[in-house]
Amino acid sequence: MGAEFVQLSLTPLLIGVLSAVACALPGNFLLLRRQALIGDAISHVVLPGIVVAFLVTGTVTAWPMMLGAGAAAIVAVLMIEAVKRLGRVEPGAAMGLVFTTLFAAGVLLLEQSDTSAVHLDVEHALNGNLESLIWFDATGWGSLLDPQALAGLPPQLPRLAIVTLAIGLFLALLWKELAISTFDAAFARTVGVPTRLLGGALVVLTAIAAVAAFDAVGSIIVIAMFVCPPAAARLMTDRLGRQVAWSVLFAIVSAVLGYVLAGYGPVWLGAANSVSAAGMIATVAGVILWIACLAAPRRSRTG
Amino acid sequence: MAPVELIARSGELVDDGRKDAALAIRGLSVSYGAKAAVFSVDATLPLGTMTAIVGPNGAGKSSLLKGALGVVPRLSGEVTVFGRPFKEARHRVAYVPQRASVDWDFPARVIDVVLMGLYRKIGWVRLAGRKHRETAMACLERVNMAEFAERQIGQLSGGQQQRVFLARALAQDADLYLLDEPLAGVDAATERAIIAVLQEVKAAGRTVVCVHHDLSTVAQYFDRVLLINLSKVAEGPVETTFTVENLQHTYGGRLATAHVEELALGRGA
Repeated sequence: MGAEFVQLSLTPLLIGVLSAVACALPGNFLLLRRQALIGDAISHVVLPGIVVAFLVTGTVTAWPMMLGAGAAAIVAVLMIEAVKRLGRVEPGAAMGLVFTTLFAAGVLLLEQSDTSAVHLDVEHALNGNLESLIWFDATGWGSLLDPQALAGLPPQLPRLAIVTLAIGLFLALLWKELAISTFDAAFARTVGVPTRLLGGALVVLTAIAAVAAFDAVGSIIVIAMFVCPPAAARLMTDRLGRQVAWSVLFAIVSAVLGYVLAGYGPVWLGAANSVSAAGMIATVAGVILWIACLAAPRRSRTG
Repeated sequence: MAPVELIARSGELVDDGRKDAALAIRGLSVSYGAKAAVFSVDATLPLGTMTAIVGPNGAGKSSLLKGALGVVPRLSGEVTVFGRPFKEARHRVAYVPQRASVDWDFPARVIDVVLMGLYRKIGWVRLAGRKHRETAMACLERVNMAEFAERQIGQLSGGQQQRVFLARALAQDADLYLLDEPLAGVDAATERAIIAVLQEVKAAGRTVVCVHHDLSTVAQYFDRVLLINLSKVAEGPVETTFTVENLQHTYGGRLATAHVEELALGRGA
């Protein structure tokens, strides 16, 4: 747990944890609003967004990617609304229709465009590159206090830290409004809660979380973290505050355990190579949900 | 209530009784897509009365309330609460939606739901304090649900859930209470308890409006009735308005005459 850990494992671990928490937080409210699929939809449409951003700008630097992904998320949400209203399709089907179409279009675009020179492929989009987000400039724990070494942190880390903090603040400041409008939207409107605005803000935050996390860890973790920790947390308690707390705990446990198992698990089992950390984190999150379904105290009361 | 009466004279609205009314609805229409749910309804609910909104299924009873409160967008119409636009009088109104309109599996305890009624008093960002909890508990006591305060709302019976909704409305300490089918699917004891509380509220000078589906109890529980079927059929005191003729008109002959006469005769019982 010395210099090597700080250099090779600390930043991927932190990035994994922050990605998981950033997605799990809004996931709680999406789940209770029966909109869990929207996280799924947004994380899929991020792919065509970044491909288009790459085709337009010719680079894979962070900002064009983030903007492209953000724009795609907005387009997807508008398309879902349009399909719902024009086609009179129920919301779940409208989401499924839009995100699969856009994701498929993204894959086609990716295959047809010349991305061989840069690190942009389907594998990367699904699994991210968590293991490669190492901290070259670190020489040990002391580097945490060394401004020069800190400047060399992978940019995903501060970005995700800001996003997670912003989501946490949003939930803290608008807690009562979110709770009331999620439970009883009609009542919420009569007492002056701007329910539509709040619902829109929640979707925008979901998109920001998805885009920020996608860049670091790929879409598999993002989709898993929107749903698994909140769903498992719902089975642990009948109180909203505690549910959110449990979901954060489950997200952290999934990220840490998943990262460690991906790196060392196969070796312990005698295999030669480690497996994808993102895939393992998502798997652990699924296993936690499975255990919660079998053993959690409130498992009889789920909707 | 003819439209001509509503024409503004030198910029002032002619007083057609809406200044003194707890709730005044003028020309309210609501539609879902191309389907009209409420068509050009006028209603004036005087202060301190208890009104039943009555009509067949799909007559627009719930939509009338929702349209009046801006829960669903309205196509047309003006609504005033105590002579002011609803937005300026929100704090004086308590609305109870249909029990089935919410997900009772939501992670909340009984007390948490009642505290939602104190939302405006607690204020932005702040959490409920001891005083708010005491108020919420007092409201739960009024509906005999204090012992269930810590219970998860999904573990309650339908009647108990309806009482919790009523307690939330009481916590709002409003002057006008609008309830959508507060007696739907509740047991007899709960029905008596809810009506007793609403009559207390009325006795305190507040105004109560309920969407009501049981014609046999209209005359017993309410003093006014608003009969609607897409548009308004009649409104007024139960004695003069809850008549065989008006009921036949409202229900389009779907009620057996003998039954209707029995109901209308039962008034004042």
